[in-house]
Amino acid sequence: MNDTDNATDGSPAGKFRIRRASAADLDNVVALDGRITGHDKSDYWRDIFDRYATRRLDRRFFLIAEASEAGAEFPLMGFIVGEVRVWEFGSEPCGWIFAFSVEPGTRQQGVGEGMFKAISGLFRDAGMRTMRTMVERSNRLPMAFFRSEGMVAGPYIQLEVEIEDTLDEVAGE
Amino acid sequence: MQKSSRLAIYALVELAANPDRQVSVSEIGEKYRVSAHHLAKVMHTLGRAGLVRSIRGVGGGYSFSGNAKRTTLLDVIGLFENTSGDCKLADPNVATPVEWVLFDVMCEIDDIAKATFGAITISTMLKQTRRPRKSARLRTA
Repeated sequence: MNDTDNATDGSPAGKFRIRRASAADLDNVVALDGRITGHDKSDYWRDIFDRYATRRLDRRFFLIAEASEAGAEFPLMGFIVGEVRVWEFGSEPCGWIFAFSVEPGTRQQGVGEGMFKAISGLFRDAGMRTMRTMVERSNRLPMAFFRSEGMVAGPYIQLEVEIEDTLDEVAGE
Repeated sequence: MQKSSRLAIYALVELAANPDRQVSVSEIGEKYRVSAHHLAKVMHTLGRAGLVRSIRGVGGGYSFSGNAKRTTLLDVIGLFENTSGDCKLADPNVATPVEWVLFDVMCEIDDIAKATFGAITISTMLKQTRRPRKSARLRTA
């Protein structure tokens, strides 16, 4: 898939195709994400769509997998969103996947792998050699998926702190 | 990771890589330079867990009988080691601040290790062995 393609057949059996998201997909994306996460994030997804599906499309990729068959039970089978990030924390330019979801009713059909490979190709075409993502470590399903696609722990470790603890420490000095 | 766990993972990947034939203990032992005696004990444990099945006699050996896409390294390690409570503080009531901080550090490492082992399946291991190694992290164990 490249920028000029409207869509590509994403599965060996032709069960789905992968294309860039359009405004008409937004409600289905919000609904799928809501089913997976338990949170309605309409405003968030509208903002993501505006930023990642309408601007700087040479380095921002909002892809969806849709069922090839008309009238399928799950027309939206999954989505993946990523962008090229440059010099973040000194890191050389690389592809970042920051949203990924597969409709539970369509798992084990290669949807996740199809989207992963599609965005890999787009990052490669954008000149990237590395692709990164972040996964909650207790969330085994996406962890196992990204591992199965060859991802391993990268050179950066995510750190966090309770802000109140930091402020207490400063006050106590 | 204990030796038995490592052997079990080697054996399971080896069997999963050869779904069409029986693989003998001595064959696996030779390949991984381990004693057939030790490996036989490991295979027995794997058999009881339903991950391998054996066929006796000429041409016999072991085959993989688990679900390679569902069986994680943590599942396998858990058959040979206690993976539930590795991170312990001897006596929380009398522990000093240093002991608590070190305990937190150990728990952090433990959590990351468990998350990693729990996310890598036998199928993923097999897939990785078939990929060309680009940046081997060679370490003297």
